[in-house]
Amino acid sequence: MSTDSVIMLRRNFKHTLRNPVTVFNAVLLPVVIMLMFVYMLGNAFNVGIKYIDYATPGMILLAVAYGLGATATEVNSDMTTGIINRFRVMDVSRGAVMTGHVVVTMLRGLIATAAIIGVAFGLGYSTHASFGDWAGVIGIIVAACLAASWLTVAMGLSAKTPQSAAMATVPVIMLPFFSSAIVPAAKMGQGLRQFAEYQPFTPIIESLRGLLAGAPSAGYVIAALAWCAGIGIAGYAWAVATFRKRA
Amino acid sequence: MSNSAIAASGLRKAYGDKIVLDGIDLDVRAGTVFSLLGPNGAGKTTTVNVLTTLVKADGGTARVAGHDVSTETKAVRAAIGVTGQFAAVDELLTGRENLQLMADLKRVGAREGKRVITELLERFDLAESAHKLVSTYSGGMRRKLDLAMTLVGNPRIIFLDEPTTGLDPRSRRTMWDIVRGLVAGGVTVFLTTQYLEEADQLADYIAVLDRGRLVAQGTPSDLKHQVPGSHVQIRFTSVRELDAAARLLAGATRDDENLTLRVPGDGGVTSLRALLGQLDEHSIDAEELSVHTPDLDDVFLALTGHANTGHANTGHANTEEIAQ
Repeated sequence: MSTDSVIMLRRNFKHTLRNPVTVFNAVLLPVVIMLMFVYMLGNAFNVGIKYIDYATPGMILLAVAYGLGATATEVNSDMTTGIINRFRVMDVSRGAVMTGHVVVTMLRGLIATAAIIGVAFGLGYSTHASFGDWAGVIGIIVAACLAASWLTVAMGLSAKTPQSAAMATVPVIMLPFFSSAIVPAAKMGQGLRQFAEYQPFTPIIESLRGLLAGAPSAGYVIAALAWCAGIGIAGYAWAVATFRKRA
Repeated sequence: MSNSAIAASGLRKAYGDKIVLDGIDLDVRAGTVFSLLGPNGAGKTTTVNVLTTLVKADGGTARVAGHDVSTETKAVRAAIGVTGQFAAVDELLTGRENLQLMADLKRVGAREGKRVITELLERFDLAESAHKLVSTYSGGMRRKLDLAMTLVGNPRIIFLDEPTTGLDPRSRRTMWDIVRGLVAGGVTVFLTTQYLEEADQLADYIAVLDRGRLVAQGTPSDLKHQVPGSHVQIRFTSVRELDAAARLLAGATRDDENLTLRVPGDGGVTSLRALLGQLDEHSIDAEELSVHTPDLDDVFLALTGHANTGHANTGHANTEEIAQ
């Protein structure tokens, strides 16, 4: 990374630390939702296995998604408050401005994921994953984080106001609920079931579920990585194009 | 090396059908304050954006610090500092951290950076708030910090786009003092403003921009000479008295709506006394009398054919009201 990127990253990192709501939304809220599902609702769901064992992979993705709103807002504020013009006149590369946001979003996502996994173990989660499986899990989480971060940066760049930027990420944040994260897609009603089966979060979650159970499914892993690559590349292209147009 | 810090010729810019800049020629001498004066929407910010490499002009050329703004953007950017219309400060950083960010991006060394930052904080009277988040700063403090950030790295040409819009009179005066200090240090300042008084106070040279065209250029006193001289304005209580006075005072122009009469004259004590004597002699009651020496408001009105809408709170420093 260039020096500019490091400077920008440091700036974005300070922003996260100074905005407790961001940390809460990104790290604590997924944990709260997990506790809610596992303790309040979990016993009512019949998913065939212990609910915490079923829910954890989905909760990991939820943790990735929840931090995105803050990124979209931040990126948009940079564009709308005029600070971007200052950076441009100072010849700060557009790459540095965006990389700073992407890296911080990823770090936040990864910290949130680590917190979720930690809490899951505390709640009695058991896994049969080997060392190799864990490496695969981490790889898929990083890929998902990266893809979601670029998509979010693009959303933040194209929104008119910080508020609408945050709104734009709501579908992404809601998407895990309409996947196999909480209950298997097969148990859902007509229409929703097909949606859940074919939306990107389901293969990503299923690939994690397989790896964590020690029985990875090559099909899901390939589908997950393909989705991540597709979303990541599309998000990157969208972000770069919007940045060029707006700034 | 030419003495011109900024030189532009025939700058044109349109957004869709709307022509924003319609052939702008400028020449700003190094070490002076140049003020681009004009109402909202005249094209001031667009001019600044073109000269600071943020926007490409559709036509014309511009050189800043001797470099072409469209082909040598890097060299131009290295020479200039820009403070935009909206304070471009980072709200979630402290004042000191904002300055540090600039020092880092400009690759000012750690020790030198610390020295520069401390000096700027003191110079702009921000030392006490240096460790507070900018989100707690007042409007005036933000503007000051914004300008301080622009000065990190010691640019020789500074663009200030409406630096005092929205500031209270006291902060405005502080900003003026800062600008004067910069020029005293040899910096060239390109200032846009919609306040005539501000241009009058600060600028060595003024260009009046209206609807994308420069309608006049010159020193403040040059411009003032372009409009009719001083006059005395007398207000009456009735049309009858206005009629009588208009018959009496040759060369006066009347305004029936406001019941006023505009009498050319220098407004000196002798001529005023004579004027009042004349009115007394004919028992014409004047309600109010004011002496008006031409200011840039008049210039603006005379040049553009419409009043500047942005001067509402600059006051009429040159108008002495004498109530009767």
